[in-house]
Amino acid sequence: MRIAIPVNEDSMKTTICVSFGRTPYFMIYDTETKDTKFLSNQAAASQGGAGIKAAQMIIDNHAEALLTPRCGENAAEVFKAADIKIYQTKEDRLDHNIQAFEKGELSLLNEIHPGFHNHGGN
Amino acid sequence: MKQLLILSGKGGTGKTTIASAFIKLANAKAYADCDVDAPNLHLIMNQKSDARITDYFGMSKAAIDSSSCTRCGLCQSNCRFEAIKFSKENGYSIDAYACEGCGVCEAICPARAVTLKASIAGELRLYLNDIIFSTAQLKMGSGTSGKLVTEVKNQLKESPANIDLAIIDGSPGIGCPVIASLSGIDMVLIVAEPSISGISDMERIISTADKFKLRTAVCINKYNTNLQNTEHIIKYCQRYHIPFTGRIPYDTKAVEAINGGYSIVDIDCSSGEAAKSVYKKTMSLLFDCLGEKNVN
Amino acid sequence: MKIAVLSGKGGTGKTLVSVNLASVAEHSVYIDCDVEEPNGHLFFKPKEIKTENVSVWIPFADEKRCNGCRTCVDFCKFNALAYIKDHLFVFDEVCHSCGGCVLLCPQEALSETPKKIGEIKKGSSDHVTVISGILNPGEASGAPIIKSLLSSPSEDSLYTFIDCPPGSACVVMESIKDADYCVLVAEPTIFGVHNLAMVHELVKLFDKPYGVVLNKCFKGFNPAEQFCLENKIKILGRIPFDNQLGTVNSEARIASKEIKRYKDLFTDLLLTISEEA
Repeated sequence: MRIAIPVNEDSMKTTICVSFGRTPYFMIYDTETKDTKFLSNQAAASQGGAGIKAAQMIIDNHAEALLTPRCGENAAEVFKAADIKIYQTKEDRLDHNIQAFEKGELSLLNEIHPGFHNHGGN
Repeated sequence: MKQLLILSGKGGTGKTTIASAFIKLANAKAYADCDVDAPNLHLIMNQKSDARITDYFGMSKAAIDSSSCTRCGLCQSNCRFEAIKFSKENGYSIDAYACEGCGVCEAICPARAVTLKASIAGELRLYLNDIIFSTAQLKMGSGTSGKLVTEVKNQLKESPANIDLAIIDGSPGIGCPVIASLSGIDMVLIVAEPSISGISDMERIISTADKFKLRTAVCINKYNTNLQNTEHIIKYCQRYHIPFTGRIPYDTKAVEAINGGYSIVDIDCSSGEAAKSVYKKTMSLLFDCLGEKNVN
Repeated sequence: MKIAVLSGKGGTGKTLVSVNLASVAEHSVYIDCDVEEPNGHLFFKPKEIKTENVSVWIPFADEKRCNGCRTCVDFCKFNALAYIKDHLFVFDEVCHSCGGCVLLCPQEALSETPKKIGEIKKGSSDHVTVISGILNPGEASGAPIIKSLLSSPSEDSLYTFIDCPPGSACVVMESIKDADYCVLVAEPTIFGVHNLAMVHELVKLFDKPYGVVLNKCFKGFNPAEQFCLENKIKILGRIPFDNQLGTVNSEARIASKEIKRYKDLFTDLLLTISEEA
């Protein structure tokens, strides 16, 4: 299964980013093949609607689940339409969260925050 | 790091006066001024070092290359923002203040004479010594104030991990810059003014904060300018279960302090004393994890 | 004559000045462009109010015509569109209503529908026509409402007073665009002067004739007055810091109607402005 995670740097030593829409990079990780790919997040420079653009990019890269600390309502709507589940990460260690996901220990993200209307959240 | 945002709805109620008092009382190591249109906090919070200045690029703006332009006028007829002007001498040109960077003119120009270019819409300033103070100035006439507010808040991320409190001075109104300042906030303190206008504006800002499901508390500044309206605000808070954290009197010494570059808690005055009590109640709400109580 | 009243800083007295000037003028129009927090109507309490909705255009797709080419998604500078599982999603809060997606769709599959963002209320109070714009909470920008307010057919009156929003950003520019004269209201604090300097730049940029009204004046050093003297700015008048005025104003009552010395003060101010403009 391919999962997407917002991360601060494009290396395996990175930590998970607090923002979804304006994260600098996304990591796409395949839980079966252990393949890893880093995507530069073009949405981060957007004037607005960053979450929407980021969500579109993740879907276009065939991720089936998203691991993130937060997600806005617009991006959440996009993921819901694409049948992609959103899981809430715990603290910012990449390896801990991937392991927790694989063991089924991460819960679904319940608190979707409202959109920030063109002005990006953080 | 807990973030307290100070808003008001109406302008001139005392956000910056109170924010600066709180920063001094808390000896806060992290603070920000999100009123990017008309920033004032730096006039009270004197800084030891120079700011790190970064250009802020707002939206891209269109520009017409008159040598390629065939004067067909398609750009102007399709611009919804009245941002394209025409004169016989200069042909078609863009009004940069009205341009919203939508790109329709660029897409529709048959001669490829229009391009969107990044434009500087303001300046971010970051003071980083033993404290972190993030502020910005939007270039006059610019839009995307909300995006600049987001950048101001992002600068605060450079604070060391051990800082537990950030105090954020907000802007008036209920639109762009206010909505952008609300992200990641733990609590909003609304500074209300006891006038009919102030009450009307307070209700609208409460309604805006409510849409974002944020914890909100209210305090009243210049309360003795109208005792009846002050009571009205207190009753309103009781009715809607909004925590009330106290009242501060109008005080001519406050004006003197501010004009001298001091906060109201730096001198001996009635508004400063009252601010200390409002501060204590606000902080106990902010750091209380057990839920809100209606504090009177 | 269109007179815009602005200040940079909030709470300096724009509404006090614009409401009272409109009140002492015979047959005037008062337009409240502070659509996020309109206050003028609280003073005038206008009657016979007619309400008009203000809407912006939001695109929607005809699914039968849309073939998923994503020209619109790729074009949109505001990321308001997403294409998922054969369906076009439109995020209307980030849409700027530029109409570009509709224009560029190769299948002509997009049309537009109006979305209400606020209202304009027009009424009258004695001899003043009161027009207020109001933005719905949660909406980001009042600029379309201000555009609508100022494009209303002009009334047959000598004076129109435009009560501007605080600040100096796009909504303020929109408000002063067609003004003949700008009145800058200043308060005697360093905060006030700092923001006065910004709107001073703005009115100069727009080539508008302008003058300053010093409000909340008390004995002692007035940094705003100092600023005007240093920059050779015409001081149109001075309003004292006065508890009685403060009380009347805080109760949304019109001082020039109730207190003779304020009727005189604002009448004189109006005369000075007419001579300057």
